[in-house]
Amino acid sequence: MRYKRVAAVAMMASLALSAAACGKEGNPTPSGGNASGGAQSDQCTTSGVTFTPKTDVNVAGSPTFQKIKSAGKVTIGVKFDQPNLGYKDAQGKRCGFDVEMAQYIAGTLGVDPAKIEYKEIASANRETAIKGGEIDYYVGTYSITDKRKNDVSFAGPYFVAGQDLLVRKDDSSITGKDSLKGKKVCSATGSTPIQRVRDENLTEPNNIVEFKTYSECVSQLLDKKVDAVTTDDAILKGYAAQNPDELKVVGQPFSTEKYGIGLPKDDKALRDYVNDQIEAAFKDGTWQKIYDGTLGKSGSSATPPQLERY
Amino acid sequence: MTSVLYDLPGPKARRRNLLLSVLATAGIVALIAFIGYKFSATGQFEPRKWEQFQYASVQRELLTGLWATLKAAGIAAVLALLFGAVFASARLSDKWILRVPATFVVELFRAIPLLILIFFGYYVPLQYGWSIDKLWALVIGLMLYNGSVLAEIFRAGINAVPYGQSEGAYAIGMRKNQVLRLILLPQAFRSMLPAIVSQLVVLLKDTALGFIITYPELLFVGKQIGGRLPFGLPYVPAYLIVAAIYISICGLLSILAWWLQKRLSRLPRTAGKVLPAQDIGRDASARV
Amino acid sequence: MAEFLRVLTDNADLFREGFFNTVKLFLIAGVGSLVLGMLLGAMRVSPVPALRAFGATYVNVVRNTPLTLVFAFLVFAVPKLDVNIDYFPSACIALTLYTAAFVCEVVRSGVNTVATGQAEAARALGMTFGQVLTLIVLPQALRAMVPPMMSVFIAMLKNTTIAAGFSVLEAGAIPAYMSERGEPQFAVLLWITIGFLILVLPLVALQRFLERKWAVAR
Repeated sequence: MRYKRVAAVAMMASLALSAAACGKEGNPTPSGGNASGGAQSDQCTTSGVTFTPKTDVNVAGSPTFQKIKSAGKVTIGVKFDQPNLGYKDAQGKRCGFDVEMAQYIAGTLGVDPAKIEYKEIASANRETAIKGGEIDYYVGTYSITDKRKNDVSFAGPYFVAGQDLLVRKDDSSITGKDSLKGKKVCSATGSTPIQRVRDENLTEPNNIVEFKTYSECVSQLLDKKVDAVTTDDAILKGYAAQNPDELKVVGQPFSTEKYGIGLPKDDKALRDYVNDQIEAAFKDGTWQKIYDGTLGKSGSSATPPQLERY
Repeated sequence: MTSVLYDLPGPKARRRNLLLSVLATAGIVALIAFIGYKFSATGQFEPRKWEQFQYASVQRELLTGLWATLKAAGIAAVLALLFGAVFASARLSDKWILRVPATFVVELFRAIPLLILIFFGYYVPLQYGWSIDKLWALVIGLMLYNGSVLAEIFRAGINAVPYGQSEGAYAIGMRKNQVLRLILLPQAFRSMLPAIVSQLVVLLKDTALGFIITYPELLFVGKQIGGRLPFGLPYVPAYLIVAAIYISICGLLSILAWWLQKRLSRLPRTAGKVLPAQDIGRDASARV
Repeated sequence: MAEFLRVLTDNADLFREGFFNTVKLFLIAGVGSLVLGMLLGAMRVSPVPALRAFGATYVNVVRNTPLTLVFAFLVFAVPKLDVNIDYFPSACIALTLYTAAFVCEVVRSGVNTVATGQAEAARALGMTFGQVLTLIVLPQALRAMVPPMMSVFIAMLKNTTIAAGFSVLEAGAIPAYMSERGEPQFAVLLWITIGFLILVLPLVALQRFLERKWAVAR
């Protein structure tokens, strides 16, 4: 009886200890050093571009814009586990190419980047989240497809990627999509890449592995439980750049993925407006700056894609 | 110590038990050592994988996750207790119009996997164009499932009060409402308490299913921390820490349940037996 | 209504495979957890202190860990032990390890329901340990164990859905596939519910039947 009580007290004490965060301040970095203190904000500015909100914006006839304006904030769906594209760093800041594009667009809609509410939406739930109004728009490696256009509409593309393969560095047996037979291939549940693997029968159905996030796939790849991770090269290059000793990208893209900004289906006014703003970013070099500060860090260059208005 | 299976051990049996104890301990220690050795051989204890946890920001992340877990569990617990009380009283009613639908609802929600209930809570409102917060999708699922189980616990608890108690109460002229409120509930409550607490532990653990709709609870946060490639994908450290937190909190609740059970069984026995404090069946089946 | 039926008929392949795997998981993990749980239960009622302590620790740790976390350990931590287990067997093992803790508790409390005097009387009559166990204790304990054991397995059947998050195509994974195929979620979820009702209700009925049949006044 007595020792149980002692155990309970001890447990409570250890809980209280862990609650009284006795940790170091600053940004955890793997080397142990304390990178860039600086102003603490919710925003990550790897590109160094600052997004100032426009004043006097009006998007006539756009219900979404009215909603944003009256709420004074914008809710954006993002990914959270894609290096250099959309992720949360160890300080809880949102970073990456997609996130900065999302911030840029929020600025052009007259919303202060500090008033952005981010929502992490898994690939399989994107259409539902936009249709249901859970988010105002979605920026997160969202490929423009005709099928998705039945449910949502797209501004952009603001980037073009291609589906590629990430493999272990010492694995030379996988050279492209036609060498996947008999290999275990991993990707995110409900994503375009895994649908392509299934539809084109690139490997046997039993060898398709699905997790909620790409990080889990990469972990399984390093543990030799799968042989390849497949998704867009932009994402894979980010992983390879973070662990160049063990991972490599095959470099034989076998699709064209046009990343668009997912908007509610019937809001043409907003779509046209966002397209104009993306075009402006292409022209004035903002896009290039964002790219160089995020995706460009993994060593490849890119130029703005062709907009597809409809 | 004597038990139903064996007598107080004599000198020979004591020697044999000691030998077995030593062997068993050696076996268990060897297993743990093997796991520890393999983990360190594959670099699970390298500083790189643990470094993150020294930082206040990462600790804050974990605390935020813990808070999200406790919040969902707290709201769901209150709602589930209410749901359970309402449906238990409906099932105990004399009127079939209340009893039959309540039985149907309780049996239905006990048969559906919680995961599917959470999906219902999340996808169905979205399909009809309502945006629902993930917290509420999770809470609704937890409420329906655990509320149904609690309804069964309440019903079993009330039925377990010896029949003479309510007979006696009716005999001295109490009305049904009075019998329930003054005679049955106070006695039943005692016997139900451990089972209720155990069910709440189940509820707390089940909040971990929120990961499937990306509700940012503790396990989801652990997964995010574990998924950071620059730190060598520290899934093992992150999950170990998350597991330690869950085990401490649920352990505290279990100790509370155990303590309550001990305390209540010391009180004079007018009521039936204390319901077993087991979340096993997640089902206080009617046998007491 | 026609739409509702179409969801099932158009995707019959997926529903069939999903529920087939659910049942397979249930049967394999059911046998596994019964064996492991009985073993742990035997440890908990054994005269050897170290085994009793191990059994108690196992039960308390596992019962207070979310099943999802047990799965996560199997899939993300076990490979670090240089053990490569495929996803379906991993799911079976995770369910077995978790459910065994509950089976163990059923076994222990079942044995504890038998009055000590029963065994003492049997020993006084000169029965051996084996005789006491098989003729006196188990026949009484089993009656007390079967109904809660059924509850454990019903819960386990529903718990198989968690494997969906760990790359096992079972009933819980169907919604994600269907949203890929663009089917209305409500109809999909209703069909899965119906599927589970078909699986669970007979078990509940069996449980009720056994409960009534074996209800004895002690």
